[in-house]
Amino acid sequence: MSDMRPYFEEVASHLDRLARPGEAILSALSAEESDFIRFNRSAVRQATAVRQAAWTVSLIRGQKRLEARLSVAGDAAADRPVLAALVSELRAGLADVPDDPFLLVETAPAASAAHRAGRLPDPAQVIDEVLAAARGVDLVGFHASGPVWKGFSSSVGVRHWHAVESFGFGWCLYHDRDKAVKSTYAGAEWSSAAFEARMRFAREQLARLGEKPLELAPGPYRAFLAPAAMNELLGMLSWAGFGLKSRNTKQSALIRMADQDARLSPMVTIRENTREGIASGFQSEGFVRPAQVALIDAGRLAAPLVSPRSAREYGVQTNGANAAETPESLDLAPGTLADSAALEALGTGIYVGNLWYLNFSDRSACRLTGMTRFASFWVEDGRIRAPLNVMRFDDTAYRMLGASLEALTRERDLVPDTDTYGERSTMSVRTPGALLGELTLTL
Amino acid sequence: MLDTLQREFKSLAPAVDFCALRFVEESSEYLAVRQDVPEPPKLAVNRGAMVTVIDRGGLGYAATSDLSRAGLERAIAKARRYAALTAGRGVLDYGSVAMPRPRGQYRSPTGRDPASLSRRDKYELLAAEAKNCRIDPRIVDWEANLWTTTSKQAYFTADGAEAVQEFHFVVPNLSATAYAEGESQTRTHGGRYNGFCRQGGLEILEAFGLDGAGRQVAEAALELLAAPNCPSGRMDVLLMPDQMMLQIHESIGHPLELDRILGDERNFAGTSFVTLDMFGTYRYGSELLDVTHDPTRPEQYASYGWDDDGLAAEKRYLIRGGILERPLGGAISQKRAGIEGVANTRACSWNRAPIDRMANLNVEPGSSPLEELVASVDHGVMMRTNVSWSIDDSRNKFQFGCEWGRMIRNGRLAEVVKNPNYRGVSATFWRSLAGVGDASTFEVMGTPYCGKGEPNQVIRVGHASPACRFRDVDVFGGAA
Repeated sequence: MSDMRPYFEEVASHLDRLARPGEAILSALSAEESDFIRFNRSAVRQATAVRQAAWTVSLIRGQKRLEARLSVAGDAAADRPVLAALVSELRAGLADVPDDPFLLVETAPAASAAHRAGRLPDPAQVIDEVLAAARGVDLVGFHASGPVWKGFSSSVGVRHWHAVESFGFGWCLYHDRDKAVKSTYAGAEWSSAAFEARMRFAREQLARLGEKPLELAPGPYRAFLAPAAMNELLGMLSWAGFGLKSRNTKQSALIRMADQDARLSPMVTIRENTREGIASGFQSEGFVRPAQVALIDAGRLAAPLVSPRSAREYGVQTNGANAAETPESLDLAPGTLADSAALEALGTGIYVGNLWYLNFSDRSACRLTGMTRFASFWVEDGRIRAPLNVMRFDDTAYRMLGASLEALTRERDLVPDTDTYGERSTMSVRTPGALLGELTLTL
Repeated sequence: MLDTLQREFKSLAPAVDFCALRFVEESSEYLAVRQDVPEPPKLAVNRGAMVTVIDRGGLGYAATSDLSRAGLERAIAKARRYAALTAGRGVLDYGSVAMPRPRGQYRSPTGRDPASLSRRDKYELLAAEAKNCRIDPRIVDWEANLWTTTSKQAYFTADGAEAVQEFHFVVPNLSATAYAEGESQTRTHGGRYNGFCRQGGLEILEAFGLDGAGRQVAEAALELLAAPNCPSGRMDVLLMPDQMMLQIHESIGHPLELDRILGDERNFAGTSFVTLDMFGTYRYGSELLDVTHDPTRPEQYASYGWDDDGLAAEKRYLIRGGILERPLGGAISQKRAGIEGVANTRACSWNRAPIDRMANLNVEPGSSPLEELVASVDHGVMMRTNVSWSIDDSRNKFQFGCEWGRMIRNGRLAEVVKNPNYRGVSATFWRSLAGVGDASTFEVMGTPYCGKGEPNQVIRVGHASPACRFRDVDVFGGAA
């Protein structure tokens, strides 16, 4: 499956032609060829190759729609008859399906193609370089690499293609128990020198974790959240904050912004920034995403993400959101604080390298809880003094990103989503770090 | 198809120390009626196979959705290459593991075949109950859904082992959300995240209690909307089975996974406060605590005949009388740790390598009827149905929240409270276990969504538990 485009075009055309008068067929391809290598204790734990392809085919007649996802070989000659049989099954099943009043199909002909080529390392090179760099330390990590292909076609004249070749290596150097330095190296072209530089930096940080850790008492603390920690916080808002359906059914975590004019700090501007993200410019039903959608504008709730289904249900325009109405290329605007001045601005407080396992303790109040993780430190007078034992925070987003927010950093990190549930994600978050006047620790 | 696949695999299997093929074909249907509108059905057939090769101490896996001879041949070559690349550089000489050689068949309880009810009839069943949620203008959202899955799995080794398993999963759910003045409260029947999930047929809908549940969840959501917040302070908690399942899962299940204890998950899911030297002596909980790993309970969600490395399932005690006995670790982890475990090496599908997972992890029933548990509480709160969960990466400091709470004063149930939350530390929490409900309080639950592993895997897990009372817990409510 080194180049899936010819396969996609051939099978998509075949599927389009299967539509009978009065029918529409939507078909979406999701495929990948991935190498996954797990490391533990500076040795290889598991190495897995995955080659997979699946089509999601929808047959539509009038207001009826029946959809099925089917794993396939990724070989056009083999898959054409299998998919034709699937369409026949869908046709037979359609009679038993109720009308769907919220059915919305993209009918405007459109086409696009995007291909982000990469120069990916051979698994042998990755194993050699990682094991060499991990000598003398306790490394645990995960490497994922390979092409991901997404395609969409419809019998009414829409055809989109998106191919990305990328790798991501995330690893920890452990000092002891839960004390570790977390690092990531991701991109489209593996550079041995760039990897070694990141490993050198991680080793330097690891030395700090050898100092005696500090156990903080619960209470409010000044805090600096590094971009990796902010990514977790923004992930919670993405999960339950921005969709039109969750807003209209009052289940959004930001419902008080929608209904009671609650606000975040004017420093907070959040967009779905498809133009600068990694995800495809179209969603799984073929609707094209605008370059940007402002979700929070200078602290005020702005546009929701609207899936085609919600668009029909609530009588508005879709903006190419996925069915869950969650962002795929979230972007928090930068502030003015220089990264290099962050510790000085923090003064005395906690530097939070990562957060972990966030959840809502009161969703309507957008009150969140979670843990500090990995390299987090106690800072005094702008200087790191000691690593922290893990602590739980419990606070509202309205405080953390509202009254307590003192600054956002000028520099931002692009954090690619490393999720590999079922298939490799193409989502990402671009975020600065954040300086908080107060963060409430509880346990 | 299985015969052809097995024949092709055997003819292609290379001359290596060990080679196995694991085939999975999972067919599912998801139907939902939301706000009285039937949503289009979602069907799926997820099919593929994974090859395992162990050779000269190396281990390689390769998965493919191309089940042709050429596809299998490519996968075998990939797995073989990985075995060669990792030989002598793995966490273990994998050649030293005595890989099981299973033989036989396993099948879920058959029950009433979901296909015996037409799709139209299933929609009507869901619509009828969803309609019953519409009892008040403050009910702003409501949904009934039904998710049925059949999974066929086969495990072949090149030297003749052969185990074929067929599972039938039924997962119903119903929910209603009430809203007023900037606050919403959702009540579910079956748990916020599909906690009512079992193996079997449509008889599961009766056990679920679909009939009449619509009005019940809507009334409960409205009741919560009008209820005061759960008070803060130290008090007893009485956790019902649909919260106990989460408590077991997060603060017993995950910390006892042997691969976590060995460090495999430290880059993602985390480590464990449990260490190898604790097994056999460590007091995990009070003497009332008995915990079993039991993949043999037929109707439970994660029952099977063999795990995905071919180890035969059996019921084993992990904690007995409060003392930690054994971890959740399969054949490979047991060899690495030098300690006995259970048959729990599992993969979420054909495209992921198996790792240590919980299957059915249960708290065994005690001797107290519910009335006795309530009567034993001077000041406390009963909590039902998990809604929020968060725990540190050593699985120690946790904070959990529930949909519904009810105060207990002087041994009597009092007013309903909303947003009940509690926090604690696993290492000490279970030692505060002061009462274990009898079989009449015991419920079989589970979750389809246990996440772990790199690459990530979401897997089915079962949890059955009686109601349990814990003493002197840090409790709090919602609001800013």
